[in-house]
Amino acid sequence: MSHSLLALWTPLAPAPLLWLAVTLAAFILARRLQRAAGGTPLVNPVLFAIAIVAALLLTSGTPYKTYFAGAQFINFLLGPATVALAVPLARNLHHVLRTLRGTGLALLAGSLTSIISGISIVWALGGSHSMALSMAPKAVTTPIAMAVSQEIGGIPTLTAAFAIIGGIMAAMMRQHMLRKLNISDWRVHGLAAGVAGSGIAAAQVAPQSKLAAAFAALGIALNGVVTALLLPLLTLFWS
Amino acid sequence: MIEALLTLLGFELLGELLRSTLHLPVPGPVAGMLLLTAALVLRHRATGTPANPPAETALDRVSGVLLDHMGLLFVPAGAGIIAEGALLRQEWLPIIAALIGSTVLSLAVTGLVMHHIIRTQAEAAP
Repeated sequence: MSHSLLALWTPLAPAPLLWLAVTLAAFILARRLQRAAGGTPLVNPVLFAIAIVAALLLTSGTPYKTYFAGAQFINFLLGPATVALAVPLARNLHHVLRTLRGTGLALLAGSLTSIISGISIVWALGGSHSMALSMAPKAVTTPIAMAVSQEIGGIPTLTAAFAIIGGIMAAMMRQHMLRKLNISDWRVHGLAAGVAGSGIAAAQVAPQSKLAAAFAALGIALNGVVTALLLPLLTLFWS
Repeated sequence: MIEALLTLLGFELLGELLRSTLHLPVPGPVAGMLLLTAALVLRHRATGTPANPPAETALDRVSGVLLDHMGLLFVPAGAGIIAEGALLRQEWLPIIAALIGSTVLSLAVTGLVMHHIIRTQAEAAP
């Protein structure tokens, strides 16, 4: 009896459906945790959902490959979601055109600062070549960051983790830091959040000001494009 | 709604095709995003509608759903961190230093450059 039950259960256990359901459940749980904590950016739902899934995988001894067989159906949506960034970008294009020089130069400066400082700090502290390349696109929105990381020879999963942690750090520090620099313009706060911390920092600044939200969306989309174009060229000269 | 989904997937496909035929160093979805932005702007120009229409289109709604729940989409890739444990333990110092240092510098440089250009322009043209 128990043998036949086991035989029935075993072929079901690694079913992709299970890990697909676990991923959704972990995210729902993580969002409830954030709500219970008063919506603070410190309890980031992405970070907590990853921690829950990782803990389950490690304790059950499940290899990542088995997990991904199910979770790939969620991962696939990153492609259309990246394309979807075109919609807020097209809608806010008139804002960029009005402050073209400021937005463009700030974006270029911030993007280059992030890439070059990321690579140099890892390199200066004795990190490996592939670690430096995985760090380089970390300020960019995660789906673009992962694709760029793959393109230049980094490790996309590491880049995804760096992008998420970097985003949380930017969300925590942005307001305090820019106030210290005597900057109160919401356009500047929004753009800095989008360029340095992509989606996670943008989600944090959005409730404070609509104008900041538009510039954050802009910062995310344009930084993604600039980095995707610049980084493969920059790494051609550094190998 | 189906049309909007087809638009997003169609432009992703177009981006991938363009990338593989022209050997672009840009990821396919990013090329698709640029193409869709251009298409949206050109369509607004051609039909004479304002670039920021007040009415919400199906594409706005589908894109909104995807972008609002983007966090969930990062979880499968992020869980891949369990396969990189050894590398993380080995290089924790450069990782933490680069994450903090690079984020602080990027916030400050972006903010300061835009702040100064906007202020200079405002003073030049009162």
